[in-house]
Amino acid sequence: MTSASTSLLITGARQADGTSGDLFVADGRFADPADAPAGVHRVDADGLLALPGLVDLHTHLRQPGREDAETVATGTAAAARGGFTCVHAMANLTPATDTAEAAEYVQALGEREGHCEVRVVGAVTKGLGGSELSELGLMAKSAASVRVFSDDGRCVADSLVMRRALTYVKPFGGVIAQHSQDPRLAGTDACCHESEWSGRLGLPGWPSQAESVIVARDVQLAELAGSRLHVCHVSTAESVEVIRWAKRRGVQVTAEVTPHHLLLDTPLVAGYDTTFKVNPPLRTSEHLDAVREALADGTIDIVATDHAPHARQDKDHPFDVALPGMLGLEQALAVVVDVMVNTGRIDWPTLVRRMSSTPARIGQVPGQGGRLAIGEPANLVLVDPSARAVVDADASASRGRNNPYHGRELPDPVVATVFRGRISYQRG
Amino acid sequence: MRHLLSCADLDESEVLSLLDLAVEMQQVQSRPVKKLPALRGRTIVNIFFEDSTRTRTSFEIAGKWLSADTINVSAKGSSVSKGESLRDTMLTLDAMGADAFVIRHSSSGAASQVAGWVRAHVINAGDGQHEHPTQALLDAYTMRQHFARVANGTSKGPGTGFAGKRIAIVGDLLHSRVVRSNVLLQRILGGDVVLVAPPTLLPTGVEDWGCEVTDDLDAVLPSADIVMMLRVQRERMAGGFFPTEREYTESFGLTPGRLAGLKPTAAICHPGPMNRGVEISPAAADAANSLVLDQVSAGVAVRMSVLYHLLAAEEGAQG
Amino acid sequence: MARTVVDDREFSRILNRIAHEILETNGGAADLVLLGIPTRGVQLAGRLAGLIEQIEGAPVRLGTLDITMYRDDLRANPVRPVGRTSLPGSIDDAVVVLVDDVLYSGRTIGAAFDALRDLGRPRAVRLAVMADRGSRELPIAADQVGRVVQAADGERVRVEVSELDGRDAITITGTGEDA
Repeated sequence: MTSASTSLLITGARQADGTSGDLFVADGRFADPADAPAGVHRVDADGLLALPGLVDLHTHLRQPGREDAETVATGTAAAARGGFTCVHAMANLTPATDTAEAAEYVQALGEREGHCEVRVVGAVTKGLGGSELSELGLMAKSAASVRVFSDDGRCVADSLVMRRALTYVKPFGGVIAQHSQDPRLAGTDACCHESEWSGRLGLPGWPSQAESVIVARDVQLAELAGSRLHVCHVSTAESVEVIRWAKRRGVQVTAEVTPHHLLLDTPLVAGYDTTFKVNPPLRTSEHLDAVREALADGTIDIVATDHAPHARQDKDHPFDVALPGMLGLEQALAVVVDVMVNTGRIDWPTLVRRMSSTPARIGQVPGQGGRLAIGEPANLVLVDPSARAVVDADASASRGRNNPYHGRELPDPVVATVFRGRISYQRG
Repeated sequence: MRHLLSCADLDESEVLSLLDLAVEMQQVQSRPVKKLPALRGRTIVNIFFEDSTRTRTSFEIAGKWLSADTINVSAKGSSVSKGESLRDTMLTLDAMGADAFVIRHSSSGAASQVAGWVRAHVINAGDGQHEHPTQALLDAYTMRQHFARVANGTSKGPGTGFAGKRIAIVGDLLHSRVVRSNVLLQRILGGDVVLVAPPTLLPTGVEDWGCEVTDDLDAVLPSADIVMMLRVQRERMAGGFFPTEREYTESFGLTPGRLAGLKPTAAICHPGPMNRGVEISPAAADAANSLVLDQVSAGVAVRMSVLYHLLAAEEGAQG
Repeated sequence: MARTVVDDREFSRILNRIAHEILETNGGAADLVLLGIPTRGVQLAGRLAGLIEQIEGAPVRLGTLDITMYRDDLRANPVRPVGRTSLPGSIDDAVVVLVDDVLYSGRTIGAAFDALRDLGRPRAVRLAVMADRGSRELPIAADQVGRVVQAADGERVRVEVSELDGRDAITITGTGEDA
């Protein structure tokens, strides 16, 4: 699946901390450039940044079940194009990843087909039903060694179930990644942010508080259980405040924000283009400001894509009926560079923490998110910080065409990605 | 005009031209031969994903009186269950050569989406909780005739302006496409809209619509020139938007007592179908100053006018 | 520049003559309905009705007949504003006199026949026009003609009426000039 060369010499690249020097990769690991043989495959990275491969904690790969929307092969190819060397396959597959067998199946699929590492996210409850715990322990002990559990797409709404899940995963260091959405305040018909826009467009909206009330409950349950909570796709100012409060109290809570919640806002739904239907919905500018600030100050720990490809026919419905979700893997770094780095909100070392080392730590992924140091697994991305391009949805490696950035000019940073010592993507 | 999707897409001259032509169109209703040849050879497909006998019939008659071939497609039960997307359904009909789609759908924005996909003209006959532009136009037409009758003692002629007229719209504003279209249209025509509803049935952001908003119907009625009552659906009660029907009627219904408090020149509108005894008492529905049947009759004329404006000329015709 | 072929004094004499001719042909004003075709046929029909009333001492029935929706070139042009059709009661068994300003291709009058058919069944339909410039495309002739006007292909013959144009006249506008 990856380039045949087993060793390569990357010359001239600068690292996030400003240091520079050649990088020699052999047998999947960084080695001493002095040992590079003559005639080794060379990659001229003059003027480029070499960063550790990006790690996505929140990816929908759709296989098994909806191979018409995405497969492990196409989804991870999109990941490689986006600079990722590891993704976490969400559990809302068909069948749902709620047993050790299902987890090992996805894990094996990833090893066989993947253009990057595929880590498995297990379902918190059986069939994502919200009532009975899935085989959390067996999934943790399985060959997939699952550490992240999530019913993503649905909220574990029952407080007691949530408490039990948090308590149960604590001994083996698991983390519950919650899709925070109060199912009564934001029912199944809620399809956009409740705001002047939902009122004008006649679209059932969901208020930002439908997210924050669950976050507020969950951080307290995490404190009660003494266990780890991860808040998926934080989209509101209120949630940010709650997480800030919880972190001050010492609650073991981490949080993610998606690229689209950093860049895209509610008015985009005014044309009823279902590409912009996503859950949680695109919020208004005051929320965007809050999540940007939170990502900068570390209240929000990481960026995760919530890459959610859909078959065209599932989007060609009325807005309230179409499936929610948008692509994210290929433009994630571009958006973060645009919104966070180019504006001075964060520097490159912080970006590396938000998109590589911290997600690897939350997911407990060995061999990812490390330093570009001799002996470490060779997962890296070469970045051109100044390139820009207009996004073309049809140029995607994903099967999905629900790319919300289509037609938008953005940074075009990813020049090449190296996964386990092989080039998994190189710009043509 | 290529499509009629939202009252927000109209400008003043277009609205006046639509209303003025409707006056001429209404005369056709009293002719021995109720037929004009203007749309001969045109095919209009009425596609209703949601039942509405009233609106569908009104559009069908309008099309037939203009000599168009009108075809009704009942798409209720929605194509989703058949596994077909809205886009595929519409592209199929478009490929059959329809010149216009009159589309009713339970989802907001459906007509706008369809307009982006098909070659034919699209008329929004009600999309979810978003808009119902021809209803607002026929409301405006009816009100205009009423104001003229009050001013001149006759409803002949184009009617008078809306400036200074107070139009109270009462009821379930949250789920109403009629209110959104009326507010946008009165923004053009200059009427003074007052919105009256329980706070649970107000759309988010209504305070920025440029209308007075209140939950005190009794304070509004004495100064209203038009009282437009909106249907309140019984399932809203189950949804917890208000406690009981009795409480709703007591606070927001046009009861006989409230009817007596209206200005002598005030008139009552209702887009139908009415819940007699809930938002409107039988006495009010059948009152001499009720315009409910005028609205229905105006519906055909206004829709004829809309169809004429959209379809009479070939796309890209040169003067 | 527009060339005036009929000035206001002559215009008035012509209208008088047409009024008399209509009465003479019809043997009086009974059963007569004058229908002006918008735009300027409306004013002309109104004037004729006034004259006939003066002559006969009794009012004549007067209306307007808009033919926009019956035009055979409706589709080929941008959306046209529609004029008013108003009838003075039933036209069944009446003698309808259509009044128009300029008779040219005959298509307007052809459309007017179609429009009339939807409105009732007159005993007879006659046509009075202020100017006839020939070049018919349909087998139509006027019963009363104010003035036969010779004009070249690109020229435009206009009937002006004081109510709308500030004066009564028949003019010819040259090739490429705007009226």
